Amino acid sequence: MSPPASLELVCPAGTPAALHAAIEAGADTVYCGFADATNARNYPGLNFSRAEMRAGIAHAHRQGRRVLVAINTFPRAGETALWQRAVDDAAGCGADGVILADLGVLDHAATRHPALRRHLSVQAAAANPLAIGYYRERFAISRVVLPRVLALAEVAALVGAIAVEAEVFAFGSLGTMVEGRCYLSSYITGRSPSSDGVCAPAECVTYREDGDGLRAMLGDAVLNRFGPGEPRSYPTPCKGRFATFGQPSYLFEEPVGLNASGILAELRAAGVTALKIEGRQRGRAYVSEVVSCFRALLDALAAGLPPPPVARLAALSEGGKETLSAYRSGWR
Amino acid sequence: MTAAAKLTLGPLLFHWPAERRRDFYFRIADEACLDTVTLGEVVCAKREPFFADHLPQVIERLEAAGKEVTIATLALITTPRELAAIGGLAEAGLVVEANDVTAIRALAGRPFIAGPMINLFNEATLDFLRREGATRAVLPVELSAAAIGVLAARDRALETEVQVFGRQALAISMRCYHARAYGLHKDGCQFVCERDPDGLAADQIDGRGLLRVNGTQTLSHGYLVLLRELAGLAAAGVGHFRLSPQDGVDMVRVAALFRAVADGVLGAGEAEAALRAMVTPVPFINGYFHGREGMAWVAAA
Repeated sequence: MSPPASLELVCPAGTPAALHAAIEAGADTVYCGFADATNARNYPGLNFSRAEMRAGIAHAHRQGRRVLVAINTFPRAGETALWQRAVDDAAGCGADGVILADLGVLDHAATRHPALRRHLSVQAAAANPLAIGYYRERFAISRVVLPRVLALAEVAALVGAIAVEAEVFAFGSLGTMVEGRCYLSSYITGRSPSSDGVCAPAECVTYREDGDGLRAMLGDAVLNRFGPGEPRSYPTPCKGRFATFGQPSYLFEEPVGLNASGILAELRAAGVTALKIEGRQRGRAYVSEVVSCFRALLDALAAGLPPPPVARLAALSEGGKETLSAYRSGWR
Repeated sequence: MTAAAKLTLGPLLFHWPAERRRDFYFRIADEACLDTVTLGEVVCAKREPFFADHLPQVIERLEAAGKEVTIATLALITTPRELAAIGGLAEAGLVVEANDVTAIRALAGRPFIAGPMINLFNEATLDFLRREGATRAVLPVELSAAAIGVLAARDRALETEVQVFGRQALAISMRCYHARAYGLHKDGCQFVCERDPDGLAADQIDGRGLLRVNGTQTLSHGYLVLLRELAGLAAAGVGHFRLSPQDGVDMVRVAALFRAVADGVLGAGEAEAALRAMVTPVPFINGYFHGREGMAWVAAA
């Protein structure tokens, strides 16, 4: 398969304002969710009502862009109707596709809305041809969003072995556990990424003075301690500092953000169809800035020109630190 | 309570030396009042060869003792060889417990057990898996009593099982944190996880226990204990109760305590006290069942 001429830029929108900003900044596709537990960024003040979704999609279509609706959490038992209605309403609002993870929701969408494009969410964590093939056979998915744990060579091999499009993360925060199957947040706070669409929600986070330092707490658990002058990071469980052998360390991962802006040509050569920017929880200014940087990079790439300088991207990374994460060395 | 409640010994999640693992199962076969024993490596494919030679002998001994034997798959299946092996188990007549959606591809059309690491959170997914051939579902650890109730009542042709003892599996990763903690990479891990038969403590900075690392898996520090909840679970239609093997805990005695409570011949409070005396100083947890954070302990009213 020859690589596509350009990579599709898929951008987050937590609000209608962010959707407009993303389109103005050059997004090819915007993804967003309804304001409830059906999406994996279910934070206060975020996401779309039905009317906002319909209007946002109409706006995008007038500009020649696409909108995907993320319905990518796992319904709680007894509440599946909320998720099924979200799929029905996404179709009714004219969405170009839905991003799904739960087997039951996929089954509903494939059965009731066969013409509605289905993307497999990263929450399903399908990272090999066997799993992706299974979802394709059962639910006729058109695209898989790959977990942020594969090396570039692994991405290339995978794209060659699957019969669906591949979308990869290019920028944003980075989970270290297999997504959709991590209970660390609910173990500590009772609120679950899987079914509530939240990880380490802000209302469970407190910071406490501790001598000359500061403790970051999630619920009752101490997840980090910062010395004087040390940059603070958010106490996400997989980015916390834990004591092993009596020594505090970032056992799972450092608090860093993913930035793949330097390897876009390689991702295109690997046969990737689309690049995803993480961050529906971010404001419109962030979305504007990140999307316009990637638009400039992709336009230069398509035109065969050298990449323009985008140093301001680094400042937007989580904790001010960035990584190519697995893309260079694999997740080992 | 119904005497029909069945007890399962879940798969051993830790990397114990092969002889120790074999002897553990021999004693389980000979002495433990368990209905089902689930074997199989859930965490890391690299561990599998160590026990492969002992596996037929262990299966034979358990079956000779009248126990149903099932085989759990890896939580992350990544190679065609691993998938083919699962198909091979099913063809050999063993009941397979699928812990990754990928495994279902090799099992579809045959009876299988949906393992606790399949995201079976709701009735629509349960219906789908039933159509794929699932005959039993071991429910995810995160579920509350209310969710368990809905799923257990959904389809009486699908048996449900719930973990009631042992550390809870909270996360799985492509990366090996055990190797990372020892300054190694997964590909050159030197099997350091064998040095920690109870997992590696990942404590809070102030020294309080929180998590345990077991290779690519992260577990709760506390032991899940659902004894007072057994009667309610059975009444809701849950027919199988799972005990997860722990290091330094006499699982034969644990099984006897749960059996006695399930049969109504021992009070849950007495059993809880006996269990506490056995497993100090590990805290008990039951938060998920009671709709709270998993690490919480909701004491008797």
